[in-house]
Amino acid sequence: MNVAAIKELLYKVADDQLVIGHRNSEWTGLGPILEEDIAFSSMAQDKLGHAQGCYQILHDLGEAEPDQIAFSRKANQFHNCHFVELPNGEYDFSLMRHFLFDHADQIRFEMFANSSFEPLAKLAKKVKGEIKYHVFHGNTWINKLSTANEVSHIRMQTALNESWNYALGIFEAGSFETELKNEGIFEGENALQNRWLEVVCPLLEKAGLKVPEQHTWEPVLGGRRGYHLAHLEALVTEMSEVFQIDPTATW
Amino acid sequence: MYGNAYIDPNEVNKTHSVLADEDPKLLAEFEARIERGEKIEPKDWMPKEYRKQLIRMIEQHGHSEIIGALPEGTWITRAPGFKRKLALMAKVQDEVGHAQLLYSAAETLGKSREAMINDLITGKSKYSNVFNYPAFTWADACIIAWLIDAGAIINQVANAKGSYGPYCRALDRICTEESFHLKYGHDNVVTLATGTPVQRKMVQEALNRWWPPIMHFFGPSDKISSHTEILMKWKVKMATNDDMRQQFLNMYVPKIWDLGLTVPDANLKKNAETGKWEYTEPDWDEFKRVINGGGPCNAERLAVRRNAEERGRWVREALKAGQTAYVVPFA
Repeated sequence: MNVAAIKELLYKVADDQLVIGHRNSEWTGLGPILEEDIAFSSMAQDKLGHAQGCYQILHDLGEAEPDQIAFSRKANQFHNCHFVELPNGEYDFSLMRHFLFDHADQIRFEMFANSSFEPLAKLAKKVKGEIKYHVFHGNTWINKLSTANEVSHIRMQTALNESWNYALGIFEAGSFETELKNEGIFEGENALQNRWLEVVCPLLEKAGLKVPEQHTWEPVLGGRRGYHLAHLEALVTEMSEVFQIDPTATW
Repeated sequence: MYGNAYIDPNEVNKTHSVLADEDPKLLAEFEARIERGEKIEPKDWMPKEYRKQLIRMIEQHGHSEIIGALPEGTWITRAPGFKRKLALMAKVQDEVGHAQLLYSAAETLGKSREAMINDLITGKSKYSNVFNYPAFTWADACIIAWLIDAGAIINQVANAKGSYGPYCRALDRICTEESFHLKYGHDNVVTLATGTPVQRKMVQEALNRWWPPIMHFFGPSDKISSHTEILMKWKVKMATNDDMRQQFLNMYVPKIWDLGLTVPDANLKKNAETGKWEYTEPDWDEFKRVINGGGPCNAERLAVRRNAEERGRWVREALKAGQTAYVVPFA
């Protein structure tokens, strides 16, 4: 097993989960309707659980404890894509991000469920059962809001336009794509992106939305290599504020 | 949390007869049913005042849940470690769920959720006064989760035995969840109180800040209120504010002392003869000032809620749109 490749893969996936979970949780108490507060909170809890699961595997591979990894690193040590670190903005953007991200997440964990790396396959079998509901939630709301009235339609189309290149950044290639594929650990970001496009494009079109034209596609890259927007710095500082009062204490 | 549905001090001394217009025969039957321990259901006959007071109380309880989610919710993004972050998310999510249950219960009495939320954000309806105070540190959020939830459970377990069916059923479910919040809060406070000197200092300071609001929590002494009598007769209110405060002190002061924490009231002690707790009378002028909008966070809490309502309006409008899908015009 190529441990370095597995670690790189797990770090980026776990960081995505942690950061999107954190963002989802920021809707608590502020959602457009109570039911959506509750839904975003549920998804946030699931995402955090998925992050914890991935960090635990990393710990088993010799990395620090999950709490130390999550709450003690600096922003430039995170490997999440830029898409998840963007602030929540309005509900339209949060919802569109959730829809686009969770479809990628679902396919990714379905691939992981067949991974030759047993701990990841085992985790993925549990996780994909939860993501199914995230996707169901995203599909329902995207469809409803995109087709409800003029205002909601325009909002959702704008959110899609703003999200698209960031969403493509989810699939930024890692340093070990070939190794991961050859060892049967993960089919690779390219395969994942292709399957994602096959799923999300028809759904968006069915909802009456226009996927940006292909010549405008410019994936926002860099997150996987530790380059981030200022938003992540602020998020990480806030997230670790209490933990850092005394990282050796029990909280 | 959180609903301490105390009588609004602004209403305590209303003396007009609330029953003048009621049919005496129907009223007698209604009161006999309550006396027999029957539940009143939405379609049953009820006095106007009973309906009004229940709406006020359930609505106020619902508002307390969503406003209460704010001071605790701000600590979700800062909770130290996976275990705390996950638990706090789940806790605050429960509170929002309670608001959903309570608004549904109040809707059975004829007031829509939208109308209730409008009354909240325009300042017409009250919510629990404690949430007009800030949660300065992580330890404040822990003290809230333990002691404010503890106070709320005392109130809600009592009210769950009340006369209005939908409210009682909602409270039964709420109390089950609250009991987990109490365990969560207690575990947090124990961790801090038995932790490093910094953590101990943090939790003691939080307790000092929260003690006056906690003593206010059950509301002013209500023995002089005629208002309370009729509400207790109708099993809208099940225990007096003073009784609930005594019960709280009896259950929790020993636990606080066990942790080596100090309660910031030199006069607090249990009278061995009467079995009652003696304490410095809370500052009820402060209570009245805060409930009428003068607390440190009143304006902020309502501004945050109002902002959330305004930002979410387009979503609610979209949900109201009919089944016919919007068709994008060609030109």
